[in-house]
Parts: sequence; structure tokens; C-alpha cells
Amino acid sequence: MESLVMRSGGWLLAAVLAFFALAFSADSGFAIHMGIIMLAALITLWVTLRGADYSGIAKGTLRNGADQSRYDDDPVRWGVIATVFWGLAGFLVGLYIALQLAFPVLNLGLEWTTFGRLRPLHTSAVIFAFGGNALIATSFYIVQRTCRARLAFPSLARFVFWGYQLFIVLAATGYLLGITEGKEYAEPEWHVDLWLTVVWVSYLAVFVGTIVKRSEPHIYVANWFFLSFIITVAMLHLVNNLSLPVSFLGAKSYAAFAGVQDALTQWWYGHNAVGFFLTAGFLAMMYYFVPKQAERPIYSYRLSIIHFWSLIFLYIWAGPHHLQYTALPDWAQTLGMVFSVMLWMPSWGGMINGLMTLNGAWDKIRTDPIIRMMVMALAFYGMSTFEGPMMSIKSVNSLSHYTDWTIGHVHSGALGWNGMITFAALYYLTPRLWNRQRLYSLRMVNWHFWLSTVGIVLYAASMWVAGIMQGLMWREYGADGYLVYSFAEVVAAMFPMYLIRAAGGVLYLSGALVMAYNIWMTIAGHLRTEQPMTETPYNEAADRPLVPVAAE
Amino acid sequence: MSDYDALRHFADSWGLVFMAITFLVLAAWPFLPGSRDRNRAAAHMIFDEEHDDG
Repeated sequence: MESLVMRSGGWLLAAVLAFFALAFSADSGFAIHMGIIMLAALITLWVTLRGADYSGIAKGTLRNGADQSRYDDDPVRWGVIATVFWGLAGFLVGLYIALQLAFPVLNLGLEWTTFGRLRPLHTSAVIFAFGGNALIATSFYIVQRTCRARLAFPSLARFVFWGYQLFIVLAATGYLLGITEGKEYAEPEWHVDLWLTVVWVSYLAVFVGTIVKRSEPHIYVANWFFLSFIITVAMLHLVNNLSLPVSFLGAKSYAAFAGVQDALTQWWYGHNAVGFFLTAGFLAMMYYFVPKQAERPIYSYRLSIIHFWSLIFLYIWAGPHHLQYTALPDWAQTLGMVFSVMLWMPSWGGMINGLMTLNGAWDKIRTDPIIRMMVMALAFYGMSTFEGPMMSIKSVNSLSHYTDWTIGHVHSGALGWNGMITFAALYYLTPRLWNRQRLYSLRMVNWHFWLSTVGIVLYAASMWVAGIMQGLMWREYGADGYLVYSFAEVVAAMFPMYLIRAAGGVLYLSGALVMAYNIWMTIAGHLRTEQPMTETPYNEAADRPLVPVAAE
Repeated sequence: MSDYDALRHFADSWGLVFMAITFLVLAAWPFLPGSRDRNRAAAHMIFDEEHDDG
């Protein structure tokens, strides 16, 4: 009873504090954020009071502690649903801003719906909301299975999930309201950054706590990748967001660094967000789900360890390649380029390790659409980790930088690698988490696979053409030494490419809608009556011994 | 010598040597004699029949 009173009192206090912060806030954006926090605290208070076991308290039969012989999968189930939801939201906003580039009238003439505000909404929704929820859910699932231990600190794990959703809502509303630090992939302002820090440290505590109480002596390699992802993201987030708020109850802050130092800190953060959030974390998924789905151990455990340490030691230096030909010292630019090129080798080592896991079971690509998605994810991992180092080479970068080639590169990695491996993980998890015989429909997984693949091909191909065309037109000098094309002419020339890109986005979003329906029906417990992916080839009439026939 | 120079020279001399040696030791670790069996056990750990977790 005391603990219930303490907890609900705490949430009430949080709501009251948020109310006062709202009342005395320096700007309207901060006031809206405090309103959201107050609402979140009141909802939590209501859930705490509603969900309490009053008869248990009265009779003194309150159940103490959870059943340690069962895995704690509730936060994983919520995470699967949140991943699907935020994925749809993020892809939809992405499609909308792709259409805005082709048809500027879609900016609607409102400040809240301009490209500049919707673009961070899209990037954060897909990276942090879709990808982040997928990472939290799969890491909670995998760390329990590979440690053979129930999740440590169950209430903290629930706090991590819901606290992260609150972070997403605060970040997203902030972008629309124009609250931004202006740092790519780190746009949220100081008060939201502080909240994320609290959530992230709790996440680290739950993850490490589970590893500490493991009953398996060896820590499986997927957990190494997850741990490096959690620790590195914490470090990056803390350093890059060092800033001084203008007022205690206002949204505006100024960065602790200035000029080129700020730029380098930002891209040290930005590139390692790609390296540790979108690569190390998703590789952890790969190292668990690919062997499990293929029912074969990873091709080489040794290679996975070398893959791990090479990524850790090389990735952290590659950031300066985002600042080629800027005021950054030349040696730093070269350093970024050299480490980026070296990164190619561990990346391909990891891709080969994943693909070769299917050695001797390649037929599964034909019969199992989930394996097919994993193979496509690995292929795109390999392709984008080849393209990236190539684009970091200074002479290539002088053509590709600031063009849509970069956008195409990011999306072949994000849609191809992160998207596909996440979809495969969701399809793996859903029937197991809800204890269903199988997915609602394997044929729909196949549809999803092809819609996504064709979507990515349209996207990447159109952005290659757009980017190279843009780069060449920008640098085209006439005989008299003047630039041949004005900027607006280059924009106009991109129109067909923008339409093809948007068409690719439509296909990718349609695939995700098929997935949402499939997962929905699986959770609801339905099985679609459909033709299986493979038929047993059998001809009864031909399956007879040859009867000797006398010669005539 | 400014702090910048001092740190920069440390980074491309002893710092670099330290990083390289640490990396080589960690990368060589799975090649130690006797690690073949441990690696095999680790790779198969997620398929332990007695603890099949689906």
C-alpha cells in the first residue's frame, strides 16, 4: 500500500511540476511540451491507480516478484506494435515530403507543414521511432533468450518503453512547432535531450542487469553489438547535445561548441549514429535472427568477433567524411576518408558471415520469404557499405556531396538494410510472442518483399541519376568561364527523378501496409487459407515400378 | 606547444600505437589455441535442444 501511495504521489507531483512549468514557460512551444508531459504523468497516475491489486493489498496476499522461469515479453510485444505503427507514420511522412519536393504546393502555405519541419519529422520517425522501437524490442527479446534469464528490473523496462514513446512524441511535436537545435538527427532541444538521457541510462541498466544475472556463461555475440550500440549512443548523445539553455523554462538553447568544432562534433555524432544505431544494433538482430530463421549456426563465430572489433575501432573515426572540402583541417578530412575506406572490409566480412550462414540451405530463399527478406537486407548492407566508402573518397565526394546521391545512398541502407532486417525480425517474432501456429499469411510476406524491393530499386536508381546529374550540372562551366546552369534549372531538371522516387515510396509504403495487416491478423489469431509456398512435387501415376513386358 | 598540438601529436604517435595493439590483441583472441571448440559451442548456443525457446 505504501508503495502504491508513493508511486501515485510521485506521478501527481510530476504532473503538478509540469503544470507550473507550463504556467511560467518562456515560449509557447515549451508550454505545449510541458502540457504533454503533464498529460503523460496524469495518464500514468490513472493507470497506476486502476491497475493496483486492491483486494490483494487488503487481504495481504500481494504476489511478490515475477515468475523467474518465464521470459518477460510484454515490453517486447508492445515494441512490435509500436515498431509497425511508427514505421507506417514515418514512411507516410517520407512519401509526403518526397511529393513536396516534386509539387511545392504541398507545403500548404503553413509553417507547420513546410518541408523544413516535416523532414526531421520523417528522419526521426523512421530512425528513432521505427528503428529505435525495433532495437529496444529485439534487444529485450534476444538478451533474455541468449542469457537464459528473465529481464532485470521489470518496472524499469516498462519505463524505458513508455519513456521512449514520450520522447518520440515530444521530439515530433517539437519539429512541427519549430523547436530545433538544427543538428541533423539530433534536432530535439535540451529538455527533450535530458529526458532521453534518463530513458537511455535506464535502458542500459536493464540490458546490463539482464546480462549480469545470466545463466549462460558465454555472452552471445549479438549482445556485444547491442551493448556497444547502447553505450556508444549514450556517449554520442551526451557530447553532441552539450548546450546552454537560454532560460530555465524555455525551449531555446545554444550549443557548447562553435564553428568548425561544432560541425565536427555534429558529424562525429551523425556518422556514429549511423554506425552504432543503424549498423551495430541491427547487426545484433542479424546475428540472432538469421541463424534462428535458417536453423543453422552463424557461418563463422570467429569472423563475427573480428567484425565486431573492427567496426568498433574503425567507425568512430569516419565522421569527418561528411565535411570534405570545408574549413575542417585537411588531415582530418583525409583521416575520415581513410577510415571510411577501411570500414569496407569489416562490413563485407559481416555480410559474408550472414549470407554464408545459408550455405547448404540456399533453397530456403525459394521456400521461405522471411529468409528471402534477410538475404535482401544483407545484400543491401553490403551494397550500401560499399557505396559509402566510395562516396567518402575526396574526388567522388566532390561530385556527390550535397546532391541527391547522398539521399539515395542513405535510403538504400535504411530501406534495404534496416527496413528489411526489421521486417524479417517482426515476422519472426509475432507468431512466437503471441503464441500463434504461424503468421496469418506467408504469401503476404512475399508480396511485402517484392513491393519493398521494387520500391527501393526505383528509389535508389532515380537518386543515382538525379545526384550525378545534379553534381555535373552544378560544376558545368561554359567556354567563357561562367557556370552554365542556374540552381533553379537544376531543380527543374530533377522533376522526373522526384516522381520516380515518390513512386518507389508508394510501393515501399504499400508493402508496409501489407505487413501491418498481416501482423494484425496474426495477433488476432487468424490463419489465411492459402496455397503453401512450395508444393510437394508428386505424381502418383508415375510413381510405379516398371513392369517387364514380353518382347513381341 | 599548444594543447591542440600536444594532443594531436600524441594521437598520431603513442595513441595510434596503443589503439593498433589493442585492436590486434582483440582480433587475435578468437584464434588462440583451444578456442575452436569454444567458438563452436558459442555459435550453437542459441540452438540448445534442452532450452528450446522457439
